[in-house]
Amino acid sequence: MNALKISKGTSRKSAYNLRSTLGDTVETHTIAVLVDNEAGVLARVIGLFSGRGYNIESLTVAEVDHVENLSRITIVTTGTPAVIEQIKAQLARIVPVHDVHDLTVEGPSVERELALIKVIGTGEKRVEALRTSGVFRANVVDSTLSSFVFELTGTPEKIDAFVELMRPLGLADVARTGVAAIARGQ
Amino acid sequence: MSRRMTGAQMVIQALKDQGVDTVFGYPGGAVLPIYDEIFQQNDIRHILVRHEQGATHAAEGYARSTGKPGVVLVTSGPGATNAVTGLTDALMDSIPIIVLTGQVPTFMIGNDAFQEADTVGITRPCTKHNWLVKDTDRLAQTIHEAFHVATNGRPGPVLVDIPKDVQFAKGTYIPPQKTSKGHYQPKVKGDLDKITELVEQMEKAQRPIFYTGGGVINSGRSASQTLRELVKGTGFPITSTLMGLGAYPASGDKWIGMLGMHGTYEANMAMHGCDLMICVGARFDDRITGLVDAFSPGSYKAHIDIDPSSINKVIHVDLPIIGDVGNVLNDMVKVWKSRGSKTNSAAVKKWWGQIEKWQAVDCLNYKNSDKVIKPQHALQRLEALTKDHPDRYICTEVGQHQMWAAQYLGFEDPHRWMTSGGLGTMGYGLPASVGVQVAHPDALVINVAGEASWLMNMQEMGTAVQYRLPIKQFILNNERLGMVRQWQQLLHGERYAHSWSEALPDFVKLAEAFGGKGILVKDPADLDDAIKEMLEYDGPVIVDCVVEKHENCFPMIPSGKAHNQMLLGEASTEGAIDSEGAVMV
Ligand SMILES: Cc1cc2nc3c(=O)[nH]c(=O)nc-3n(C[C@H](O)[C@H](O)[C@H](O)COP(=O)(O)OP(=O)(O)OC[C@H]3O[C@@H](n4cnc5c(N)ncnc54)[C@H](O)[C@@H]3O)c2cc1C
Ligand SMILES: Cc1ncc(C[n+]2csc(CCOP(=O)(O)OP(=O)(O)O)c2C)c(N)n1
Repeated sequence: MNALKISKGTSRKSAYNLRSTLGDTVETHTIAVLVDNEAGVLARVIGLFSGRGYNIESLTVAEVDHVENLSRITIVTTGTPAVIEQIKAQLARIVPVHDVHDLTVEGPSVERELALIKVIGTGEKRVEALRTSGVFRANVVDSTLSSFVFELTGTPEKIDAFVELMRPLGLADVARTGVAAIARGQ
Repeated sequence: MSRRMTGAQMVIQALKDQGVDTVFGYPGGAVLPIYDEIFQQNDIRHILVRHEQGATHAAEGYARSTGKPGVVLVTSGPGATNAVTGLTDALMDSIPIIVLTGQVPTFMIGNDAFQEADTVGITRPCTKHNWLVKDTDRLAQTIHEAFHVATNGRPGPVLVDIPKDVQFAKGTYIPPQKTSKGHYQPKVKGDLDKITELVEQMEKAQRPIFYTGGGVINSGRSASQTLRELVKGTGFPITSTLMGLGAYPASGDKWIGMLGMHGTYEANMAMHGCDLMICVGARFDDRITGLVDAFSPGSYKAHIDIDPSSINKVIHVDLPIIGDVGNVLNDMVKVWKSRGSKTNSAAVKKWWGQIEKWQAVDCLNYKNSDKVIKPQHALQRLEALTKDHPDRYICTEVGQHQMWAAQYLGFEDPHRWMTSGGLGTMGYGLPASVGVQVAHPDALVINVAGEASWLMNMQEMGTAVQYRLPIKQFILNNERLGMVRQWQQLLHGERYAHSWSEALPDFVKLAEAFGGKGILVKDPADLDDAIKEMLEYDGPVIVDCVVEKHENCFPMIPSGKAHNQMLLGEASTEGAIDSEGAVMV
């Protein structure tokens, strides 16, 4: 067991458990991959996606277990059920990969992303930007007389919505972390 | 027993401890410390190839013919990049090879140093796994892990990149027994519930078929034995892919020939019409399925494979069983016997009646000639004159001759057929035959070649001569890139763009220049004598067998067509491939 309670190689719903791959509707899945934190492991994962023509909507990676030297990569991807199952099976066969979890099919999960959003403007627009940030419960982490940097955490959809509202109000720059996700409950 | 030694000594110690007896390699600046150690010992034999690609294919031939992993040692930069084709070939065909590359010293990595290449970066997509070792203390452990990864689960090529300073530095050697295996432990035992489900399907099937592949060979000799037992017990027909030939004997009464693009009519028709398909260690390659939507439309499909990514990749199957072929087949036999060894024998008998009608089409029939040697005839004669040899191995290059070899030679046992299937690498056969002969010095090793493919790695004749390897190079010389010419004829309006083999060397003189023997044969009447002369000569020999230039390889399922739309001969080719099919390769 590691810090995030993902037991290695024991998940019933790992890539060995096959789901029907019939159907051609495109689905979005969030996949958590537990890997050895070694040189080149991210290149292997990204190379797999580019080499086999799979989509990456977002990707985050960070070490999650210092003792066992494990990192967690969270990937949001889209594809038909057959493609999604292939992606999981292909990920699982990468040697430094310990476990692959499809959070989208393994029950309810929480997804969060953090964004830093810079808005430049004065007068009415500046006031409106600050007011809207309150509605979204964004924090002001930097401000000058003519700019704000907001920090916002939420689902990707929430961040998209906030960014859209900021656009006419002087949106200057956006930095997003990509999705981190985890299963709910025990 | 942990010992202090240099990295270079560790490499040799680790190879010895892994039971390695042969290394195929080529020296250079970045591996000199390892070569220095090779010089000072006698347990491991080093075979000096003439090109690093040759080393990789030789290692593949060694591995495929012995069931043990093949080992390669090459230098940094160009040595490593020359190994890329062989690594990719081994990845596609699931062949376990371990490639050790030298690298510039760690403190120079990233500086565009002399003969530096990002070897792990370049080979990441063409290895099962690779490692750059930056610390001598990790070297032994990494080499042991490399052997574990290459040979467990779905076998494949691995690469260990070793900087020169790591070879010089001292560290602690860890023997294999003390090495942690890591978490890479693929599942080998199949799910018993699923195996029982498959046995139930086998009991009621009316038109069953075994579709077997390279996975049976990978699984080892006992898997082939169990397969034979199961086929004998059930009486079901069996076909195999190119990669699986020999798992079931070609002389076996349930054998219906290879399937796929150039497979037999009966095998493809049976695959199309079956109601139960038992896929054993094969991967539904596009040479097999043809048009995916029309592939075996009415069958219940079971798939036994050790690699979950092979399941449902191309064809949706009803019953996936993940595990090692040998292991799963054993359980199948047990379950089947414990339930009373039942089949629907009346229906299966009727099914055989249908298959016999397809067999009567005699799809491998061709028009022979007494003026010019037909390639098919040459192979039939080769078969007749060598099939009783107790220890025969066949390699091939890539092209029409490869398909004819698969069609007209019979394989009775696994590990006796070495061919580049997945990548289709011209230039594979000659070095592969070198590797096979090194592993089996007294065996009869024949490379069935096309003249164009053969030229791609012909430098390896030098290796054969140096090590007195009596390999037989049987070149079916049509003075054409025959397979390309066939496609141009059928798909590109007979516009033969660059599919001539022009300015060919005199192969007899070439053989002699290398220090081997050359035999030229043109007349069908002289064919048997030429083959006998080849067999009798104790040394490397090239037969330049000049054959019909425009022979096409049939049967053929045109690209983009279904199994039951097979072309059987010249007459059926007119307009057979439409523009949609021409897009496919
Ligand atoms: C010019 C040309 C023409 C060709 N035409 C044909 C043709 O007509 N017919 C034909 O068959 N091929 C043909 N091929 C070869 C073809 O391209 C493929 O290489 C071949 O069909 C693949 O064989 P396979 O399915 O047995 O798979 P392999 O590549 O041998 O793969 C083996 C499968 O078994 C699995 N496996 C490995 N080890 C184990 C184990 N221990 N237990 C369980 N599973 C295991 C692997 O995961 C994999 O899925 C041609 C090639 C060339 C170059
Ligand atoms: C390295 C490589 N380059 C190109 C090809 C494409 N190719 C496939 S078969 C073939 C012709 C082979 O000619 P030859 O070796 O004479 O055999 P034949 O088909 O005439 O029997 C070519 C060019 C290939 N398979 N491999």
